[in-house]
Amino acid sequence: MHMLVCGGTGCRASASDAIVETLKSELAAKGMENEVQVIMTGCFGFCEKGPIVKVLPDNTFYTQVTPADSAEIVAEHIVKGRKVNRLLYTDPENKQHISDSKHMGFYKKQLRIALRNCGVINPENIDEYIARDGYQAIGKVFEMGAQAAIEQMKKSGLRGRGGGGFPTGLKWEIASKNHADQKYVVCNADEGDPGAFMDRSILEGDPHSVIEAMTINGFCIGATKGLVYIRAEYPLAIKRLQIAIDQAREYGLLGKDILGSGFDFDMELRYGAGAFVCGEETALIHSMEGERGEPTVKPPFPAESGYLGKPTNVNNVETFANIPVIILKGAEWFSAIGSEKSKGTKVFALAGKINNVGLIEVPMGTTLREVIYEIGGGIKNGKKFKAVQTGGPSGGCLTEKHLDTPIDYDNLLAAGSMMGSGGMIVMDEDDCMVSVAKFYLDFTVEESCGKCSPCRIGNKRLFELLERITKGEGTMEDLDRLRNLSEVIKDSSLCGLGQTSPNPVLSTLDNFYDEYIAHVTERKCPAGQCKSLMQYVVDQEACVGCTACARNCPVNAIAGDRKKPHVIDTSICIKCGACIEKCKFNAISIQ
Amino acid sequence: MAKVKSLADLKKMKEQLQSKVDLREKGEDPESRVQVKVAMATCGIASGAKTVMDYFLEELDKRSIDAVVTQTGCMGYCYAEPTIEVKLPGQEPVVIGYVDVKKADEIIEKYIKNGELVDGIIPMNYNTIDNQ
Repeated sequence: MHMLVCGGTGCRASASDAIVETLKSELAAKGMENEVQVIMTGCFGFCEKGPIVKVLPDNTFYTQVTPADSAEIVAEHIVKGRKVNRLLYTDPENKQHISDSKHMGFYKKQLRIALRNCGVINPENIDEYIARDGYQAIGKVFEMGAQAAIEQMKKSGLRGRGGGGFPTGLKWEIASKNHADQKYVVCNADEGDPGAFMDRSILEGDPHSVIEAMTINGFCIGATKGLVYIRAEYPLAIKRLQIAIDQAREYGLLGKDILGSGFDFDMELRYGAGAFVCGEETALIHSMEGERGEPTVKPPFPAESGYLGKPTNVNNVETFANIPVIILKGAEWFSAIGSEKSKGTKVFALAGKINNVGLIEVPMGTTLREVIYEIGGGIKNGKKFKAVQTGGPSGGCLTEKHLDTPIDYDNLLAAGSMMGSGGMIVMDEDDCMVSVAKFYLDFTVEESCGKCSPCRIGNKRLFELLERITKGEGTMEDLDRLRNLSEVIKDSSLCGLGQTSPNPVLSTLDNFYDEYIAHVTERKCPAGQCKSLMQYVVDQEACVGCTACARNCPVNAIAGDRKKPHVIDTSICIKCGACIEKCKFNAISIQ
Repeated sequence: MAKVKSLADLKKMKEQLQSKVDLREKGEDPESRVQVKVAMATCGIASGAKTVMDYFLEELDKRSIDAVVTQTGCMGYCYAEPTIEVKLPGQEPVVIGYVDVKKADEIIEKYIKNGELVDGIIPMNYNTIDNQ
């Protein structure tokens, strides 16, 4: 037998180490230490009800266990074979005790559709994909016909996972209705949001699902050529995708007369140089054509005039990864998952100040609280949650009041952020929201292609305003100017980059106005992040005059006689923090 | 390699491949076949998954354990890379995080040889479409 004790950060904080010790000593007292092994595991992802103890092989799942409960678990469960009912998980709905974790609603919080094969199959072996029903969706689409397949896509309610959320079926239908001698299918693998790695993981873990979906897409809209626009910074994804394409060709699943249907489809890779704006579909197409990666006005949409002026359908990697399953399992199955207007699941890359950094996939409509506290295991080092940034440089910051908002396209927009491609950066009390806004603006200024002036000049001015505020030189008028300029940039920019780039500013202004005020009126950074607003001060009573700080100051800003309190000359101090580190008496503080 | 010519072909192939996988899973000789999957996405490789995979390949061979070592994509537990999944014949697969060479040695000696679980198991916390 085995007893698994959760060793995740949350459970450790509530004494799971001690539980391991007491379980072991109780077992030893009963002479069973050789028959039952006590193991510390990684996070069970159920931190709300931790610490967790799971007994194998009968899968009994005990919640909120304390070291004092150990004796009872050993005496009852291990020795007598009776479950300790009071420690079992109670279903919140029917109030029944559930002993087997497989029946717990909690474990339905994550559902892997787009990631179904990631971490399961060997991505470099097509046989493993075929063994998991791979490429059967193509066969099914050949049987049902293009029209019916598009109908299925429309009924499924799948919306573009790249961030825009445009209904995929509708996009396909428009492209299918435009007639031309050649049409194209393009996969947008230009994942550029800071902290996002969903598409990369899919391409690295399950490249065949994207190939299969692009072929389906080609058949539905009448395109025989596929192009994957992938950033050159993703060498492993490129390598695996190329291997997958070669294997599919070898099996005749790409090329002429696929599965005897008479339909031809083949694809190739195009490398992007990593410009953020090239994730925008018109810029992406121009980049593939060898032109500068700059967006153009829509209409004409790519569905009418895209790559080389031909009708082109552009979808994102994650969108494609959903498609073979939708075809195989049916639109009804898919549309039963998720919220009213957003169907299916969404993959998120959880990053920032969160315990379980990782790749997760949850049904639409899951709340931020569930994602951050249950799946993500809560905030690092027991700090307080402050905000979560979604949607990257185009998104915004959501705060505590949004924690119980179900995540879907429309709710996130209403809350002042957006779905984006799925990066989720969690921030705690130590993060300065003005600096966060500045960070994203810095990114936008760097990545703006410069074609239209609101984005090229406006964002630069926004950045300068933010910089002044973080230096303590801002005025109240600057805050109004920030808002006005943001509105103008949003209204007048050419493409999605400029139209959304002020969002981080606007959402932090809305949700953290008091922090801006503190920077401007009190010249203080409440989170203690803005260097210019900090001052290092020696506490004249605590200082014993050991001279350690003065000797370690790289710019000789600290003066004072031996055994007498020292003083920092703030005009010379570069705020490097070396003195604080060296002071053994905690006499130096930041104010 | 022969081309797959029709959906019926593909389905037949799937059955064959699956029974091959099943055979591998259930094992003609259940005492001897062990499967080790190493999560080899960029995040895993950056944390040393390649070294761990090479170690398993070499050591399992050296210690005469009949095992299949394969690579796979991201399992999603980026905080605990490198992660591996070990499946002993006839048992549920077990995912273990923070695997370095030392841990790998412990896994071979304790779990693969004797079925004793080791610290650092990551419980599966998601649902798959197969259960839907």
